[in-house]
Amino acid sequence: MHWLLDPLQFDFITRALIAAVIVGIVCSILGTYVVLRGMAFFGDALAHTVLPGIAIAYLIGWPLAIGALIFGLLTALGIGVLTEGGNLKEDTAIGVIFAGLFALGVALLSTSNNYTVDLAHFLFGNLLGVSSTDLWIIGVLGTLVLGTIFLFYKEFLVISFDQVLAVTLRLPRQFLRYLLLILIAVTVVTALQVVGIALMLAMFVTPAATASLLTRRLPAMMSVSALIGAFSGIAGLYLSFYLNIASGAAVVLVASLIFVLVFLLAPGRGFIWRQNNKTINR
Amino acid sequence: MFHIGYQDSDHRPGAPNLELQDVTVAYTAIGNSFRQDVHYALKNISFKAEVGEQIAIIGPNGAGKSTLLKLITGIIKPESGQILMFGKPTSQHNCIAYVPQRSQIDWSFPVTVEDVVMMGRTRQIGFFRRARALDKEVVRASLERVGALELAKKQIGELSGGQQQRVFIARALALETHLLLLDEPLSGLDLPSQEAIFKILDSLRADRVTVLMATHDLDLAAEHFDKIMLVNKRIIAFSAPEDVLSPENLLAAYGGKVASSEPHALAT
Repeated sequence: MHWLLDPLQFDFITRALIAAVIVGIVCSILGTYVVLRGMAFFGDALAHTVLPGIAIAYLIGWPLAIGALIFGLLTALGIGVLTEGGNLKEDTAIGVIFAGLFALGVALLSTSNNYTVDLAHFLFGNLLGVSSTDLWIIGVLGTLVLGTIFLFYKEFLVISFDQVLAVTLRLPRQFLRYLLLILIAVTVVTALQVVGIALMLAMFVTPAATASLLTRRLPAMMSVSALIGAFSGIAGLYLSFYLNIASGAAVVLVASLIFVLVFLLAPGRGFIWRQNNKTINR
Repeated sequence: MFHIGYQDSDHRPGAPNLELQDVTVAYTAIGNSFRQDVHYALKNISFKAEVGEQIAIIGPNGAGKSTLLKLITGIIKPESGQILMFGKPTSQHNCIAYVPQRSQIDWSFPVTVEDVVMMGRTRQIGFFRRARALDKEVVRASLERVGALELAKKQIGELSGGQQQRVFIARALALETHLLLLDEPLSGLDLPSQEAIFKILDSLRADRVTVLMATHDLDLAAEHFDKIMLVNKRIIAFSAPEDVLSPENLLAAYGGKVASSEPHALAT
């Protein structure tokens, strides 16, 4: 078992492990709503639009999370407002904001002397560079997100499943929609260091998609998704340590591998199972 | 802007359950704000539905039957006119229930029958609270009433078409509805499933629940409903079935097409 414990003698590995587990759980649980509501593109966009915030914070020496949080919230509200009147389709509005703000972020960063290294960190994460301050921020924001999901569980369920029911119950749909967008923005900030901007989408979508193949109720889907997210974080970090590969990419690769296995082998719903049934029925 | 914590109760006695006053709905297409000519999905709709009445809405495809029901739910906003329930705007009520067309629901969604019916209790449970014993009992009783209690633990995708409709009616019951709107619940169902739904609707008469159902089937409409509303962008006729289903009215609504699709339906 020493291969399991050896890496833990380094403090930065222990911090990375805790961060990866928290982020894996929070992203995967919120990700169930992202998957069920078809908001994958929105999640990807939000991950990218925080870049100018990070760049500004970095250039003036503020904590990166604060810059990211401000731009994430602005984007969430901006997309909400642009699409509310129905003048622009949602994916069009997201596309415009996504590309524009990401370009601004790259432009700002390119003024720094250390441009390529910095950009790589933000794009692909810097799990081994998680400081204890970062860990605190991740922990507090993650708890906030999970607490909000818990508090509004049944309302989020209704607006995700049946919009007309949400209207006839006179639920505050706009408020709930914005709240969900804000939760995604906050989660993006927690996951920045773990997987980075470019691979963020995988943390939202892959564990939840895997869980949807294995479960039939939302609480179960959330639990399984969280398990897969946490496991991917741990396994990915060890892979990264022993194979000397990029940590964020390793985490995402583990999650993707689990998805492929489940997609092929899931009882009743997996690819192989369905092929077999076809042959039997023939 | 938000109606957090609104309590449903203000039902003015004696007022009709539902009243539409000169309501007009325009087609709205996304990204089409420069269009000059405005078409209407529904024009100058006025009618009253008394408490406990069961009304069938019939008309050709694209006549605006679904639009009319969605308008009453509030998800479609009228361009002009008023929609009142018990004398007050419908936006102040949360006792309207809508049973959607089956194509509008994602049947792979990870919820069980029980979960769906419990959604109808969201308001009674209230924000930040969990279902109480009372809510669970209401869910159970609602499922029992539509004969779907044994389906409670099934994922909704595992149900037959008729079972799916009955589960959504159970959700309406759990919501303690005073106005039940059903959008083409009969289409694609076999006869026993259709009969089961009419049995449930009959049982609602004792509770004085007002029912509006969009349907294609003129025979069933004439047989089971107190009134028929014949719609094609506007109300062509709204009265007892025998008065509404005259050749002239049907010609006005369907423009002669009815003879081919429903050969035996009318004029008897």
